[in-house]
Amino acid sequence: MAFDYDKWIRPGKLPHIWCPGCGHGIVMKGLIRALDSLQLKKENTAIVSGIGCASRLPGYMDCCTLHTAHGRAAAFATGVKMAKPEMNVILVGGDGDGTAIGGNHFIHACRRNIDMTYIIMNNYIYGMTGGQFSPATPTGHKASTTPYGNPDPAFDIAKLAIGAGATFVARGTAYHAAQLDKLIAEAIQHKGFSVVEILDDCPTTYGRRNKYKSVVEMMNRLKEVAVPVKAAEKMTAEQLQGKVLTGVLYKEERAEYTAEYAKVIERAQAAK
Amino acid sequence: MEKTLPKIEIIEKYCKGCHICVEFCPKQVLEMKGFVVAVKNLEACIKCMQCELRCPDFAIKVSAE
Repeated sequence: MAFDYDKWIRPGKLPHIWCPGCGHGIVMKGLIRALDSLQLKKENTAIVSGIGCASRLPGYMDCCTLHTAHGRAAAFATGVKMAKPEMNVILVGGDGDGTAIGGNHFIHACRRNIDMTYIIMNNYIYGMTGGQFSPATPTGHKASTTPYGNPDPAFDIAKLAIGAGATFVARGTAYHAAQLDKLIAEAIQHKGFSVVEILDDCPTTYGRRNKYKSVVEMMNRLKEVAVPVKAAEKMTAEQLQGKVLTGVLYKEERAEYTAEYAKVIERAQAAK
Repeated sequence: MEKTLPKIEIIEKYCKGCHICVEFCPKQVLEMKGFVVAVKNLEACIKCMQCELRCPDFAIKVSAE
């Protein structure tokens, strides 16, 4: 039987607003399959987002959803998690929303190791606002605000998350769609702050300016650059030049924030 | 044993004509008919579900039986 996505989609919301060929729909399907495989309850699952194309995702989902201010998904989600620690809190957003405007919230959520999952759809650009360059735009690539090429080096979002203290970091691509649900499910199950960076395509504002002729060409690029972590172990540094590692990149067990905070409450009450 | 054909359901009002399913089908089962996707050769389908997995618009459903 075909997988029934409809049970997690708010009735009457499709077709969605994403452009033809935009990978966000593929990521949303991966998320739905992950939620379904874990048999999470809708009333116990909160999806939180900021502003942007990727942040439109919660609007289509039939569970607890929160669409907040630009870049502030992590701040609002922390509030949800602290008020209801038993909830599964999932954040979704793009690279600009997560690492530029919400950069501070992102790194501190990583540092705290609060039990949430952040799905960052990295399409290398600010799509919704008109194709301005983001911290993830590769050097030399064009955006509406860098018509002669972007001079800035790009963030490696997965490395940033590891450096900031996230305890589970994985990376997938919109091309490798079958892998997405497994990565997202593992991230949700992980106790602590987990980040899943998903390389995506934006044909409208990024592809068009950077000489990609079609969505298919952009998907093929994702296929070419992605190297699974296990395969990369056998490759030389030269072979890995220009490649991006995919799969589970980092995992550790560390004290989780809501559990630690409960201990603080206990201590404070005992002191009375 | 007779081969049972899969059922490929296309929701035309969801399809935005991005070509992803047509290009990544390993057996060229699908084609573009004007703006939307259509089934060209159902016999060739091997039920790999790649089109359903990669359709960003929830427009394709493949049933194996």
